[in-house]
Amino acid sequence: MTLLSLNHVSASYGSSQVLFDVNFKLASGEALALLGRNGMGKSTSVKSICGMMPAHGDITFDGKDLTRLASYQVARLGIGFVPEGRRCFAKLTVVENLLAAARPGYWTHQTVADLFPRLGERSGQVASSLSGGEQQMLAIGRALMTNPKLLILDEATEGLAPIVRQEIWSAISTLKSETGLSLLVIDKSINEIRKVCDKAVILERGATVWQDKMKNLTPEITQQYVGV
Amino acid sequence: MISERHINFLTLGLLVLIPLWAYGVDEPFTITLMTRAVIFALAAVGLNLILGIGGFVSFGHAAFFGLGGYVMGILAWHAQNYSPLMEWPLLIEGTKSMPVIWVLSILLSAFLAFLIGMVSLKTSGVYFIMITLAFAQMMYYFSISWSAYGGEDGMSIYVRNDFPGLNTLDPIQFYLLCFVILMAALWLMSRLVKSPFGLALNAARQSPQRVQAVGLDLHKLQLLAFVISGAITGLAGALFADLNRFVSPNMFSWQLSGEFIVFIIIGGVGRLFGPVIGALVFVGLEHFLGGISDYWHIYLGVILLLIVLFSKTGVIGLIGKKEVHDD
Repeated sequence: MTLLSLNHVSASYGSSQVLFDVNFKLASGEALALLGRNGMGKSTSVKSICGMMPAHGDITFDGKDLTRLASYQVARLGIGFVPEGRRCFAKLTVVENLLAAARPGYWTHQTVADLFPRLGERSGQVASSLSGGEQQMLAIGRALMTNPKLLILDEATEGLAPIVRQEIWSAISTLKSETGLSLLVIDKSINEIRKVCDKAVILERGATVWQDKMKNLTPEITQQYVGV
Repeated sequence: MISERHINFLTLGLLVLIPLWAYGVDEPFTITLMTRAVIFALAAVGLNLILGIGGFVSFGHAAFFGLGGYVMGILAWHAQNYSPLMEWPLLIEGTKSMPVIWVLSILLSAFLAFLIGMVSLKTSGVYFIMITLAFAQMMYYFSISWSAYGGEDGMSIYVRNDFPGLNTLDPIQFYLLCFVILMAALWLMSRLVKSPFGLALNAARQSPQRVQAVGLDLHKLQLLAFVISGAITGLAGALFADLNRFVSPNMFSWQLSGEFIVFIIIGGVGRLFGPVIGALVFVGLEHFLGGISDYWHIYLGVILLLIVLFSKTGVIGLIGKKEVHDD
């Protein structure tokens, strides 16, 4: 069953058009990778989905049109968003960051602490005093606290130490295999994406240029469109 | 350096011991001075929710303070003159009952805060400051022109209103009443700040966009905070009018709105006991410096300048431990 669908989506920053024709579908329980070089419209596509910038075309989630909704309404429909650059609430503690976002469901600060034991150990610490990796875990935990049907991760492992990246990828993998959460992942780690995602979509100059199952994503294609 | 919790207990101790000492040595003026400080603290506790936690500098909270005062004044004036407030379509009489006056002050101030918040919270920064100021000034000029209730001269209430089981004319009993209300407001505030609502409000101050991304309706969140804030300040206005047995347009003045902000800055922005400490320091300085010079505001200005320069979290930050500074 299709959970998220984008059809002929376009978007602009003022007079500068960034998205021209983005198309893809994500089924329930599926993990989809959104790939492309820098500036090709990956983050803008995600912002359009999340109601953070106006978009034209069709964006539907769980059968509902998202294009006219404010970001908080989109989040309430069940889209959890982990933005690029972590962006935790710096002056709140770990638990407070989680509770501020809490909605009823499976994810509580306890289940988040089970997924990221480090967060459980630092529950009383203010977010600004956490390491970059811990802040990223907190950003994922905060998005999970909204009990979403779809989790969007925008560069969730960027700029982190290899061991921390491994920890986060392991958690993402657990999310997919054990909770059946749908995932939309933007990341540059092609090897890790291959392990987690079922499908991939490639954007080039604000338009979808390739989409298929992950097994069909050959090194030639990634070299041509992603540069790795 | 002491912890914030100890500073709070110390403040609480002063609020209990000074009036008791004054009662013991028969100094009713000191009790009245402390009552004034406690009522101002209550008004600033209300403002601290939207300013300290929500990050909106309301320069018009005197609108709610004045409204609370006028609710008391109008109801008590009709009761003392045995004239109904309204005869048609409903007969509404005045009242000298404090609980009734408080409930009405809270409800009407909350309603006014809802109306003002609906408009002003769509803006931020200097625009929010100006809009809230403009609303308070509208109330100020309206009260001046409302000759039925004293206009510019205000209204005197001959006898303080009643509270069941208490002699409210006794300064210590009226003080205790105000003290209990302040404690209740502080308790409510401590619960609110740690609740998901308070945490979300705090988070919204840090990043409005991120708060919306986790499914929270920013406008509703801030509007609710503004309404609670206005209601508490309105209650303080009713108590202040009862303390003085007098209401006047000055209760709506922008200077008073500014003083509420000053209390919070002196004590510590966003701190639970910040407004209480600020109000105590302000009323204390007003009394002691006012005895030395008519230009005591100059000294107050210097003190305020020093506090702002050396501590972002007011007196609590100055004498508190390091972690107090950092938040």
